[in-house]
Amino acid sequence: MSAPIGRHQLLTGWGCTAPTAAEVIHAVDPAVVDVAMERAVAAKGAQGRGLIARGLGRSYGDAAQNAGGTVLDATWLDAIHSVDLTSGVVTVGAGVSLETLMERLVPLGWFVPVTPGTRLVTVGGAIAADIHGKNHHVDGSFCSHVTAMTLVTPTGTFTVTPGSDPELFWATAGGMGLTGVVTDATVQMIPVETSYMLVDTERAADLDSVMDKMLTGDDAYRYSVAWIDCQSTGSRLGRSVLTRGDHARFEDLPDRLRRNPDRARAFVPRTLARVPVTAPSGLLNPLTVGAFNEFWFRKSPTHQVAKPHHMIPFFHPLDGIGRWNRLYGKKGFLQYQFVVPDTHGETVRRVIERLTEVKLASFLAVLKRFGPGDPGPLSFPMPGWTLALDIPVGYHALDQLLDALDEHVMQADGRVYLAKDSRVSPASFRTMYPRVDEFLAVRNRVDPDGVLRSDLGRRLGLCGTPAPTTVTKPTKPRRKRSTASTPRSRSPRSSKAAPGGGTSSKDTTPEEPTAAERTES
Amino acid sequence: MIDAIGRPQSVLVLGGSSEIAQAIVAKLVPARCATVVLAGREGPRLGEATARAKAAGAEVAEAVPFDATHIDHHRAFVDEVFDRFGDFDVVIVAAGVLGDQAVDEGDPVSAATVITTNFTGLASAMLAIAARLRHQGHGRLVVLSSVAGERARKANFIYGSSKAGLDAFSQGLGDSLVGTGASVIIVRPGFVVGRMTEGMAPAPFSTTPDAVADAVVKGIESGAAVIYIPSILRWVFALMKQLPQAIWRRMPG
Repeated sequence: MSAPIGRHQLLTGWGCTAPTAAEVIHAVDPAVVDVAMERAVAAKGAQGRGLIARGLGRSYGDAAQNAGGTVLDATWLDAIHSVDLTSGVVTVGAGVSLETLMERLVPLGWFVPVTPGTRLVTVGGAIAADIHGKNHHVDGSFCSHVTAMTLVTPTGTFTVTPGSDPELFWATAGGMGLTGVVTDATVQMIPVETSYMLVDTERAADLDSVMDKMLTGDDAYRYSVAWIDCQSTGSRLGRSVLTRGDHARFEDLPDRLRRNPDRARAFVPRTLARVPVTAPSGLLNPLTVGAFNEFWFRKSPTHQVAKPHHMIPFFHPLDGIGRWNRLYGKKGFLQYQFVVPDTHGETVRRVIERLTEVKLASFLAVLKRFGPGDPGPLSFPMPGWTLALDIPVGYHALDQLLDALDEHVMQADGRVYLAKDSRVSPASFRTMYPRVDEFLAVRNRVDPDGVLRSDLGRRLGLCGTPAPTTVTKPTKPRRKRSTASTPRSRSPRSSKAAPGGGTSSKDTTPEEPTAAERTES
Repeated sequence: MIDAIGRPQSVLVLGGSSEIAQAIVAKLVPARCATVVLAGREGPRLGEATARAKAAGAEVAEAVPFDATHIDHHRAFVDEVFDRFGDFDVVIVAAGVLGDQAVDEGDPVSAATVITTNFTGLASAMLAIAARLRHQGHGRLVVLSSVAGERARKANFIYGSSKAGLDAFSQGLGDSLVGTGASVIIVRPGFVVGRMTEGMAPAPFSTTPDAVADAVVKGIESGAAVIYIPSILRWVFALMKQLPQAIWRRMPG
């Protein structure tokens, strides 16, 4: 057996549940990715445990874990290869975080096209989960703004663009790392004049009123999100604070900022506090969460228009608190995020009702609207409503409750988000993602031996461990998708061909694995 | 894989026809455990247990022959089962015999068989299993011990000492697995009313296979290291161990 180049380590996702051990290899250079891939390929077969890439570990569940196998820490691939300040096209290592992109490029007038509720995700992770932000209804998800990527697969390294190999590109978009390791990506940024947002905030007394406001008003805003108080019941069920806005132009800013242009464009992330390892369990209970919700609702203005807010509190309010996931204590927590089409808006109400019935303390409940999805067969977004709920593990009937929510979501032809998931069943997954076989066909092309593996892939039956089970048949007949399955050009920008992004195109297959005989202990 | 809420998808049972093991399987299968492999002595009881798991909805339910006393075969047996069925999220070690203290005291060979079945044979199988769990980087090894091993009584010290050995072995094995993703759960029930104890008068704090199964499923969820059933036995036996020998040996039964 070749000498280990990694370190044995227990890993979990952001939810701190279901730890498993893997050999973590720091991908300090793309060459290390090649070596790790060669080793994983050489060890294929019953004893091989495969390989998966990991970024900043913000997936809530088991997406970036690979029990007994190799986990490639891709945060080391942090080079910024090229930045075109005229076009806003950047080519970066997959381990570059969105925070780094913002820190470096906001002062130069460019912002990431899509940011989730945390900026502490890598570009590679953003592609693997095909992340969305508060602007999905306008700008779509992250991969719609990716023009090229370098993908290391068990059968070779490819430069993939939506034009060169659309199947592989879109299978990788939302493919949770199971089509290869992204080492570089070219991303089209969006122009901004300042690091401030002009924000409209309003309270909504109940769920119907917030959904109505969003249906009728969201199109006028680039960014929109509603925070929902999941503990109020009865006539106040689903009372919310709706926050919508767009990037502020320089002339929109108050005088004090205009007098100081550097400040108007400054983007300086700070960690205000860090939750210690020793945080006691049970800090977030119905009482504390209830008190927080009451405070948050009351502190929010009833109606406020065009108020300048810095990007940081607007997009990433929690990033100022390091390791806030520890607040949930030892048992950890999970996030339940689903999307349902517009025709099934009532599912949102039903889910919130189920949660309030059992008095589960959801600290963070966020409602957004999605625009059309992209062509990725495992990409999460589809037009409609998406609700995300943080839920602590420990409630005794949580399994049945969440399975019941799955049923509601499936009846509405909706689905849950794999980057958040840590518990959906293989059968439900197949119903929610009826195009999974398209994905598996592409995966089979680039990874015929099933070398790319993760705990999530094992759990959902996406990667071939030595056939312990018969293939799970979908419980429902497969539905036809109404959305087109052809790549759509969302904006003129994103349909541009990759302008010679400067990635070292490595279209050649790697050399044959060295005769490193691998025997497992 | 065990999910965030602690539900396993596959289980291997050594001692597949044991009542407690069957009760555990009956609770795991409806909660998504799709693969059930029952290892044990071939016979109608094992076949029936397999059929029940299948009927409960397991996608794969199979019986494989296993004999705790065939120590030479254990490594090959474990490797074959893992190679054939893939990862196991949970392995339950439930094989065991009660023996007949009165007979066994006069028959050293049959006494040694009880100890081999309950302890040495399982120890060799568990070492092979632990190696595979370490390799796969996850999995829970559930060991059915007994409070009888907490302090051997003159009325059943052959069985009691075999469980004491198994229990101590499992404690050490559990410690050796820390950090590997695999873990050991030691289950110490009191007197379990069931087939194994048929015709015996229940001891105080007796329990049932179903109650044991409930506690084990909860333990798999939480990753508890040691479970007593009923839970009060933890404190009862903490006290019992302190009793002077002269009083302990006069305990009834």
